[in-house]
Amino acid sequence: MFCGFQMKNPQRSPTNPGSVRSRFTQVFLQSLLRIRKHSPASSSSSSSLGEFLKRCHRVKVAAYVSMARAAGTRRAWSRAMLWRVRHDAHRHRLLQGRCSRSSSRERSPGKKKRRTKKKKKRRDDQEHGFGNAEKLQKLVPGGEAMDFSCLLDETAHYIKCLVTQVKVMRSIADFYSL
Amino acid sequence: MSSRRSRSRQSEAVSGISDDQIADLVSKLQRLIPEIRNRRSDKASASKVLQETCNYIRSLHREVDDLSERLSQLLADSDSEQAAIIRSLLM
Repeated sequence: MFCGFQMKNPQRSPTNPGSVRSRFTQVFLQSLLRIRKHSPASSSSSSSLGEFLKRCHRVKVAAYVSMARAAGTRRAWSRAMLWRVRHDAHRHRLLQGRCSRSSSRERSPGKKKRRTKKKKKRRDDQEHGFGNAEKLQKLVPGGEAMDFSCLLDETAHYIKCLVTQVKVMRSIADFYSL
Repeated sequence: MSSRRSRSRQSEAVSGISDDQIADLVSKLQRLIPEIRNRRSDKASASKVLQETCNYIRSLHREVDDLSERLSQLLADSDSEQAAIIRSLLM
């Protein structure tokens, strides 16, 4: 398949060796081609600072969405990531005034996250995390609704996927810049 | 009464996870973070592990930002030949 993107250490992948990586690579490459097709012809660099930033943002979002899709919906962080992107895109469209009638749809209970009691969380923080758990909750998608052990588990998987994402993106960038 | 038992039962009932399992999760996380792994210290405190985890995630986010910028630049610069190569790889 992607001979150029075969990595040496498959034991970092969470499920089957290479499956998250190759799913991510495939989805992300397709997103990149789609972005390239839809971006305006950037012949001059002067007009396209705004375009560059927009495209940059699209690439970044595509990377995170591709990784969340490759990780699957069994993970709380990937569900939260996909929900957040969809919610942000929807809110972006609302702000742009394209679909005003779907504001009622926004209030639907799309949040599948669990809510934990704050008292228990504070005790866990004092026992284990000393408040660093709060910072971690903000960094991991969906983290604010997780209890401490779930947060640790999701964080480990999230980090593995982020590392894979960075490796694949770097090798794509190296390949493209040949 | 037996306050210890009631406290442990409360934590068991609410979280269902024992302290040992949390320690396992913390050590699993510790193995993923290069900062702590390279220092060869077996026992890092949980708060240090969390702190290093936050820093590591932030640095990974920054790398993703930089790489997206790079890729965005390359998408603009590259000619259609490379896109055809990529497309043919996907078929």
